[in-house]
Amino acid sequence: MISTDINTVLPEIILAVYAMAALMLAVYGGKDRLAGFIFWATSGVMAALGLWIAFAPIANSTAFDGSFTNDGFARYTKVVILFGSSAMLLLSQEYLEKNKLLKFEFPILIALATLGMMLMVSAGDLMALYMGLELQSLALYVVASFRRDSIRSTEAGLKYFVLGALSSGLLLYGASLVYGFSGTTNFAGISETIHSDGLGMGMLFGLVFLCVGMGFKISAAPFHMWTPDVYEGSPTPVTGFFATAPKVAAAGLFARVVHDAFGGAIADWQQIVAFLSFISMFLGSIAAIGQTNIKRLMAYSSIAHMGFALLGLSSGTQEGVQALLIYMSIYVTMNVGVFAFILNMEREGQPVTDIRSLGLYSRSEPIRAAALAALMFSLAGIPPLVGFFGKLYVLKAAVNAGLAWLAIAGVIASVIGAFYYLRIIYYMYFGDDVEPMTGKMPILHKVALYGATLIMLFGAVNLFGIESIAADAAASLFK
Amino acid sequence: MISVEHYLTVAALLFVIGIFGIFLNRKNVIVILMSIELMLLAVNINFVAFSTHLGDLTGQVFTLFILTVAAAEAAIGLAILVCFFRVRGTIAVEDINVMKG
Repeated sequence: MISTDINTVLPEIILAVYAMAALMLAVYGGKDRLAGFIFWATSGVMAALGLWIAFAPIANSTAFDGSFTNDGFARYTKVVILFGSSAMLLLSQEYLEKNKLLKFEFPILIALATLGMMLMVSAGDLMALYMGLELQSLALYVVASFRRDSIRSTEAGLKYFVLGALSSGLLLYGASLVYGFSGTTNFAGISETIHSDGLGMGMLFGLVFLCVGMGFKISAAPFHMWTPDVYEGSPTPVTGFFATAPKVAAAGLFARVVHDAFGGAIADWQQIVAFLSFISMFLGSIAAIGQTNIKRLMAYSSIAHMGFALLGLSSGTQEGVQALLIYMSIYVTMNVGVFAFILNMEREGQPVTDIRSLGLYSRSEPIRAAALAALMFSLAGIPPLVGFFGKLYVLKAAVNAGLAWLAIAGVIASVIGAFYYLRIIYYMYFGDDVEPMTGKMPILHKVALYGATLIMLFGAVNLFGIESIAADAAASLFK
Repeated sequence: MISVEHYLTVAALLFVIGIFGIFLNRKNVIVILMSIELMLLAVNINFVAFSTHLGDLTGQVFTLFILTVAAAEAAIGLAILVCFFRVRGTIAVEDINVMKG
């Protein structure tokens, strides 16, 4: 029994043991002199686990009395999370070194956060959900305030901590109500109770609290207040990290809870998710218009994108979950490319974040400017770039589920949102002649930026076959 | 006779006091940390009350997990607060305003 359980959670155990071993090695074997090595090793371990989960023939199974689920959905999100974390970790090394932040704790904290995310998307029980969520959040609070001598970074960490702890509290209160009124914390058990007794008042309150807590983690409006400040204040690699893997994990968790545990009450949570989606899409698109700091702008962009991802989820169908998975994979790829660029925005060694400093960037660096322009078009969802297909899938899922009004709202929001992406392109090609940025781009960042751009350009052919994989993954939530 | 509803009412009151403590407090970040703790403990009362009411131990196991995580969370929160105090020189809530929002 226990050996099959262990086999099911083997990737997580490997990552946990690796993180602890790396911590010991660094503490007793040279501290920050080993930081560079640990960066590469952590990134390698996460990428290797990603490949293993993606290609090894692993059967669906549950472990520890159903509190840990290993199904197609979990594997798909884990692969995206692991590759996203691994890529962002590799990209951050150069920047941290330049800003004297290259410490061995950073990759280990990222590894632990990634472990938490893997547990989140595999959770089959409210307890497992909570432990995974907290493992991720606690590690992320620390990396947000990683630049200890900066007011902005510590303030970002503090704000993230207070609002994150508040959201955990709300989520827990919801969990306690769900437990009290269904008599179990197991998702399968909760689902059974709903099928036999229906969703009572207590369960409904619990569901609302759970959705609010997860809405905080996913940074959906109206629970987004922490996002712009945390994105702006954190060191740029951390911002890049926040914008990729944790978002996928939170979206995966949301889909897992509402379908696995509350699959019998779709009509009830559909309204909540549709509301979150509607507000997020519009708030993200409209509030970003006034932003001049590119990190703040990316924060609002991520709020809007999470709105679209929730649009897929709100349809409550298998097609919707498939659209959500496709959307998140595309979103992560685009953000890795964009942050590979933002990490190199600097003038005389000082990082700059004002978008006006991109003025006439196309003259000094035509290829890089073109690549960023392509990514911005893709983020805005302009065909034939891949970003458009992500939006197309979620809109199609919403229309097929009878949520045409929400789909129309999504189209309007994406048109409004296109303005601020296009403004960045405008600055690069027709902006004021400002002192050019001098950042020399490391080869790794070029690979990420151009790689993401090429994927956005040529993925339109067949999305690299991701569609059918996502369909299989979504199907495993609807057994 | 004290029934489960009484416990739930107390827990709900404590939880709401915790939330108000976070939003209405204008003085000190430490008070926010205490409010967070209050919220988590209110949830614990809920879990233990449900657990005895249902005759099921899962709720108490959950409570032990929450207590552990709350301790870790408080440690990290205080550590971040110490870092913030070092660079800013104050922990008044209205001074956490370098970034707008």
